[in-house]
Amino acid sequence: MTASASKATSEKTIVRPYGDTAGDGMVQMSFTLPLPHDKKAEGAALQLAKKMGIDPAMVVHAKAMGPDFTFFVVYGSVQHLVDLRDVHVIERDYPLLSPKEVNSVVKKVMRRPLVVVGACIGTDAHTVGIDAILNIKGFAGEKGLEYYSELTVVNLGAQVSVPDLVEQARIHKADAVLVSQVVTQRDAHLHNTREMSAAFREAFPAERRPLLVIGGPRFDESMTGELGVDRIFGKGTTPGEVASYLVHALLAERKTVKRS
Amino acid sequence: MTDTHRTKYADTRRTLDLDPVTIRKARALARKAGAPVVSLAKKHTTVSVERATLRLAGLEGADVEGIPWVNRLVDVVREQVGLEHGVALPVWDAMLANNDDLLVVAQKAASGSLTFRIPEGHDAARAGRAARSSISAGMRRIDANRKHRDKLIGKYGNPPAPWIYLIVATGDIYEDIPQAQAAAREGADVIAVIRSTGQSLLDYVPEGATREGYAGTYATQENFRLMRAALDKTSAELGRYVRLTNYASGLCMPEIASLAGLERLDMMLNDSMYGILFRDINPIRTFVDQRFSRQIHARAGIIINTGEDNYLTTADAVEAAHTVTVSQLLNEYFAKEAGLEDWQLGLGHAFEINPDVPDSFRLELAHAMLARALFPDAPLKWMPPTKHMTGDIFKGFLHDGFFNLAGALTGQGILLVGMMTEAVVTPWLSDRDLALQNVRYVFNTAGKLHEDFRPAPDGFIANRAREVLGEAVDLLERVVDDSLLEAIGDGTFGLMKRPAHAGRGLDGVIKKESGYLNPAADMLDEGVAR
Repeated sequence: MTASASKATSEKTIVRPYGDTAGDGMVQMSFTLPLPHDKKAEGAALQLAKKMGIDPAMVVHAKAMGPDFTFFVVYGSVQHLVDLRDVHVIERDYPLLSPKEVNSVVKKVMRRPLVVVGACIGTDAHTVGIDAILNIKGFAGEKGLEYYSELTVVNLGAQVSVPDLVEQARIHKADAVLVSQVVTQRDAHLHNTREMSAAFREAFPAERRPLLVIGGPRFDESMTGELGVDRIFGKGTTPGEVASYLVHALLAERKTVKRS
Repeated sequence: MTDTHRTKYADTRRTLDLDPVTIRKARALARKAGAPVVSLAKKHTTVSVERATLRLAGLEGADVEGIPWVNRLVDVVREQVGLEHGVALPVWDAMLANNDDLLVVAQKAASGSLTFRIPEGHDAARAGRAARSSISAGMRRIDANRKHRDKLIGKYGNPPAPWIYLIVATGDIYEDIPQAQAAAREGADVIAVIRSTGQSLLDYVPEGATREGYAGTYATQENFRLMRAALDKTSAELGRYVRLTNYASGLCMPEIASLAGLERLDMMLNDSMYGILFRDINPIRTFVDQRFSRQIHARAGIIINTGEDNYLTTADAVEAAHTVTVSQLLNEYFAKEAGLEDWQLGLGHAFEINPDVPDSFRLELAHAMLARALFPDAPLKWMPPTKHMTGDIFKGFLHDGFFNLAGALTGQGILLVGMMTEAVVTPWLSDRDLALQNVRYVFNTAGKLHEDFRPAPDGFIANRAREVLGEAVDLLERVVDDSLLEAIGDGTFGLMKRPAHAGRGLDGVIKKESGYLNPAADMLDEGVAR
């Protein structure tokens, strides 16, 4: 049964949400309307649900939050269909290596440690992301990059200015620069990233520029071109993934260059 | 609030079977570790301590570029005669010589038309007296604010523990105000206005009402005044005193503390080591600034909140549990040395153990009970889970419920309300409402469970509490052997290495010469002795 079910899944192209019956389209959502709680407010909630393609919709919970606001929980069947042929995502395009494999590739190909400089830039003081990737402590049971004997890690910490980051990258001869951005208020993470990538482009000739890697919970991984960076990592990225990517991007490229 | 804790939780220590000798030893070690730092702090002043002194004397406002007059004046004095004798002697000497007020002296100094000197003999005594008289106006205002707060609390009464602590953080003070008032109406006892992310590293306090900030709102004297006035209105409407909180941390800690006293803020985040560890501020700068700011808080009747929760966001909450205890003991020592009393010590800790760790709730209870047992008369600031909030809001809501339950069982005094949307968005109106429902549900159904709850004397919880206390004593012994500054340099706390000769703000630390005068510091020292 499992085999046939998974086969069916792999051939599916059109899907709807699943409540408890195939094809029922059931979803749940919650939201607040700036209205006092009365029958009209519940009607407004239903109208919104309908406009969102949820039909029939049920207001299963409505609660006044003070005199001016009402909180709703709505269940219903969504009429929209998802066509998987139109779904495009960034799949991991590099092999996942163990720390041992990363070290041995670096040793063999570079014959020196690979230098990684990391920082939180701008006013962002949330080092949790960069620390999860760099600190030996690591994340999700994986040790951070400091644990890798063939990687030299320079963690500049929080609130590093872009000129300082460029300077430190130059001083340490960084092969890769890792930047973490958590604060997203007024799109600070996007502005800061653009500023950072522009500064590196200005400061380094293209072939000498370190690999620019950005990470944070609210980035769209497909925005590399727009932000001028080589790779974006989203929520839940582990140190092993980053290390594997660095090796892939820096060394696979180097091999091709050498061959040509 | 204190009395409630005493009666309800006084037997926690006995329940956990903590050895009183070990507890006394832990406190003695904290004193031994902290004392050299205090004497180091007493030998130095900082640009921010000197600026705070001018603020207490009433110097407000900024030049056209937005640089506060206190900065302009201190910078010019430093350039001309240095700060080794303090800012008071040269400034009040110049005031008397030219018959100018403080603002005019600052403006003249900034325009380069004033020459300062260090007065001696009779002139020095005269300048000192004049400075003391100006600064005592600020002190009287702080004292009057404290009296006024006491009067309002006398009229409304204190809310029952735990006090519900909610955060607003829009970046715009005029948006913050209605949000804060709404939060108070929804049940918040304490409103904290989070600061703009960059502010801790600014070496000046911005001026005026501000409408733009990143992930928070700038702490300014005018913003303090506007928010306190708004919450006074709401307090009157609700018939309970709503407390206001801000952050006395970063490079301007003494100035922000002074402004808090002048504008009747009620609680201030004020940790002895946070700035060093998490903002890379120079350790000596931090300890000097911290002592002055805590003396102000002591005098102003402000409750401090310490930042131990932060260690657990970087280090593992089980492995590093004892570093929280060590930091609480150090914070207690530094606080009492500066004149704060037990009821003013919102010592921090947090519910940050990975929920996938088996028995994580029992471990949390053990840690929380240990804090309660060690500091029976302190309110304790209990911080919700953040590190292991994943975006799974449903799991997060349950996680917050267990946090509330641990808080109820262990008698936490100040409960920062956890949001299920932690790590997703800044809290929505509905997030706050749901979070408060969570708190009310737990306290309504299980608020008195502590009356029945006695962990087995030799069980998991009691053993764990004793284990953490033991590890804390071991760590304190190592800290005493090395010196606290070296321990900080070695990455003992929060895994961050911060050497004493590095970090931000080091150039703003000045060694006092003999003849150094700071009437504000003198009045605060006298206040301590009171």
